[in-house]
Amino acid sequence: MTTYALFLGCTIPARQPHYELSARKALTKLGIELVDLENMTCCAPPPLQSIDLETSLAIAAYNICLAEEADLHIVTLCTGCFESLAMTNTLLKEKEELRERVNKILSKVGKEFKGNKEVRHYLQVLMKDVGVDQLKRSVVKPLNKLKVASFSGCHLLRPSALLRFDDPERPKIFDTLIEALGAKSIWYRNKLRCCGGLLRGYADDVALAIARDKIVNATEAGADCISTLCPFCFLTLDLGQMLIKSSYKEEYNMPIVHYAELLSLSLGVEPKELALDFHKVKIDRVLEKVG
Amino acid sequence: MMAQEKTSTTDFTKEITSRMGGETITYCYQCGTCASSCPVAKTTERYNPRQIIRLALLGLRQDVIAGDAIWLCASCYQCQERCPQKVEIADVIYALRNIAIREGNIPNIYAEFAAGITSEGRIVPISKFLEKKRADYGLPPLKPTGVEAVKKILSATGFDKIMFKKGESQ
Repeated sequence: MTTYALFLGCTIPARQPHYELSARKALTKLGIELVDLENMTCCAPPPLQSIDLETSLAIAAYNICLAEEADLHIVTLCTGCFESLAMTNTLLKEKEELRERVNKILSKVGKEFKGNKEVRHYLQVLMKDVGVDQLKRSVVKPLNKLKVASFSGCHLLRPSALLRFDDPERPKIFDTLIEALGAKSIWYRNKLRCCGGLLRGYADDVALAIARDKIVNATEAGADCISTLCPFCFLTLDLGQMLIKSSYKEEYNMPIVHYAELLSLSLGVEPKELALDFHKVKIDRVLEKVG
Repeated sequence: MMAQEKTSTTDFTKEITSRMGGETITYCYQCGTCASSCPVAKTTERYNPRQIIRLALLGLRQDVIAGDAIWLCASCYQCQERCPQKVEIADVIYALRNIAIREGNIPNIYAEFAAGITSEGRIVPISKFLEKKRADYGLPPLKPTGVEAVKKILSATGFDKIMFKKGESQ
């Protein structure tokens, strides 16, 4: 059994139990043991990086130190957490001067970044620890009828110089993992483009216009659902459709489904075990096709 | 006058390049690949990354850091990925925001995030409703956050004082 320190972050435990639940169920079924460590904090994402980059690096590094002390690699669900932690891990491993600067701050809390652990997104765990072949063998309910518009979110891929997850212009991993469940991963216009989520709260109208584009493009391509990995993308596109309804007087009813939910369903987890009431846009048409 | 303008250009460029994230701004040759890759620039005229960099390199400090544009970057990094000059544009925007915030220009939403991390170690608080829902679904109780460690880190970097300054300016 492979064991990871699960980094939950802020948004998933506070707002999206359907994500946490489906991810825990699926990963456990696939033989991945998840350990919840004490004292983990916010990952220090873009809103905090906007206030102070040095502080953000130190907070991210502090969380990595907790995993180092527990002798575990980190797995994240949220792509935002993945970006903050993986970026920090790479920077501090490779830039000695920066590592010393951050370690000086961390010495105030009795920590030292050593750089002997990895930060992985759970898709990497599926690719590397489980493997596509094993994943295919584990599927009991193939999603053969489902056309999925994959949307990884920006921070799984970019900045690629530090995250090194996949080709930033022609990524394959997420689509491969969707197709491993039997579903068809379809192309749609501006597939890799941002959802605008980080502008929510500052420029809601701009954020909503960008989100609307995503929904329109996936709808025009004939998708049964958009599959997400990031809780902010999920919120922006799911709750976003309620806002589009009131601002644009348009109704799309495009189900937004976290990949972990599709994964759980294909592994035979019953829908009633998955907290699906946390979806604003109902996902019945997805469930019908799953059968 | 000319000499003074030149000095101010150099000073602001120096201020940016000496900050974490701002180091690469001077590599820009204004090709506009950033703006043509930007989802926000396609949506609103309020934001154009190429223009922000040009204004900054011209030394128009106030226009950049007191303005609205730097807050409209969605941090999607598409510009940075594609920049032929390897300007780390999204990181430059962070550096500009870091400077702006030190001058008391902090949008409310960012002040809220800062308050969350300072008081609870997380930027989204967990409600009683969610705690109960979690238990109903069989999710494990959440472990305590290392908020005390976070507070010490914020004090070591001076982050806590940045927020204090915001209080003074109001």
